[in-house]
Amino acid sequence: MKRFKAKFGDGIREAWQDRKQSILVVETAKLRAVCEFARDAEKFNMLSDLTAVDWPKREKRFDVVLQLYSFSKNERLRIKAAAGDGEAVPSVLSVWPAAGWLERECYDMFGIRFEGHAGLKRILLPDEWQGHPLRKDYDILQQDEAWVRENMGIESGQ
Amino acid sequence: MDETQKTAETLPVEQPLPGADEIMLNMGPQHPSTHGVLRVKLKLDGERIEGSECVIGYLHRGVEKIAEHRSYQQFAPYVDRMDYVAAVSNGLGYCEAVEKLLGAEAPPRAKVVRTILTELQRIASHLLWLGTHALDIGALTPVFYCLREREEILKIFEKYCGARLTTHAFRIGGLQYETYDGFERDVKRFCDDFATKVDEYEQLLTGNRIWVGRTKGIGILTGEQAIALGVTGPPLRASGVKWDLRKAQPYAAYDQYQFDIPTGQNGDTYDRYLVRMEEMRQSRRICLQAIENIPTGPIMAKVGKVLKPPPGEVYHAIEAPKGEIGYYVISDGTVQPYRVRVRPPSFINLQAFDTMARGHLVADVVAIIGTLDIVLGEVDR
Repeated sequence: MKRFKAKFGDGIREAWQDRKQSILVVETAKLRAVCEFARDAEKFNMLSDLTAVDWPKREKRFDVVLQLYSFSKNERLRIKAAAGDGEAVPSVLSVWPAAGWLERECYDMFGIRFEGHAGLKRILLPDEWQGHPLRKDYDILQQDEAWVRENMGIESGQ
Repeated sequence: MDETQKTAETLPVEQPLPGADEIMLNMGPQHPSTHGVLRVKLKLDGERIEGSECVIGYLHRGVEKIAEHRSYQQFAPYVDRMDYVAAVSNGLGYCEAVEKLLGAEAPPRAKVVRTILTELQRIASHLLWLGTHALDIGALTPVFYCLREREEILKIFEKYCGARLTTHAFRIGGLQYETYDGFERDVKRFCDDFATKVDEYEQLLTGNRIWVGRTKGIGILTGEQAIALGVTGPPLRASGVKWDLRKAQPYAAYDQYQFDIPTGQNGDTYDRYLVRMEEMRQSRRICLQAIENIPTGPIMAKVGKVLKPPPGEVYHAIEAPKGEIGYYVISDGTVQPYRVRVRPPSFINLQAFDTMARGHLVADVVAIIGTLDIVLGEVDR
């Protein structure tokens, strides 16, 4: 963590440990640079997971969360970057090809755009679906009723 | 427009044909070899695959959304329904993640019983994989043998908790049920019977010229490619990376037992097959060691009836039969999780399909889907 701070200075907003797990909050614009550094210099060569968390009351409502793993150190590292609604986050696809589907899922579920991801489209939901279900303001019973009616031939809720 | 017309119209690929020799072929979602509802769009030059795109999401149920509206205990049965052929492993990952969040730990007896059941589940999952994978490629016999042995494992699950598939075997903090009378005897009997079974399957397949011809050199994934794509589990080990979470970051009671991590060199379908075969033998070894000495004592830690983990977050991953299954759970101090994210091994392994399939023939698609050992319930969640 110290090495990350020494390298990026203010680019690392916060760093702490929660239940023995290292967490870094980075400035969104520097996300890709931090990830390249993590992969090359710090040997975090696998991206285990990429997801997001919605905090609607915050000024920048989304946290993009990356779980990294280093084979040589047998360590995990979590990197977070905040993003406002409609704000684009740099894609880490060029750093880890694993991000391809994970970023698409993130876009699908939260509506976060990843800059530099060429094939960014929905992955689990139909392409024409309206809304992003894992946002906190998307009700659990909510559906794209027009889509359901048109494609399934039923009224939603049936 | 009636329903059949509409489906026929939406299914073909919309893009214009790129070249005279290239065709787009649609495979699935209703295809027996895709193990569920997976649709693959193939770009072909003759019979050779030039590119592919997986279309998934047909089984999406919004598991992560459901989690935010259930209490910690209420959500536990839902995780069984993701990878429904390895429900016990899914449950173990979730329970341990929430325990980590609570700062609790399951008692030693619970840990050992969990280990035994999870290893039995690994054997069951690999057996189902082997049977269906061989069936896809054209070997009809193994599936009967595999399901015969799998049945014995499911019977043990049924006796233990009443369910065979979606077991909900574990609880946050330990176990709900004590083991039944004769549990050790049943596991021991299964392990003894199983001793020669893997050799039997290997006799059918390992030296079989058709099997070798259909699997050797097919769907090669190098170690670097596998790591870059986040591939875990047997596909990663078959590519020569000796990495298993049971050894790297031990959980449950795995640090007490001796077992080996099998690896391959070529990263092809044949090596992945060999790795899984050896894993079954190793799982049997773990079970035998574990039943020798199940500690006595309580099976449940004192976690209370209402779980309110202190605010914070945790990422906990275990080695499921398919690869690393991880749970990222955030607590805001209430009875419901603020966010539960599942890191699904099948989903991330399936992403490697395109890399593995390029340059191969259409008939190999079936082998490559089979060798990835995906479960669509987990891919789509």
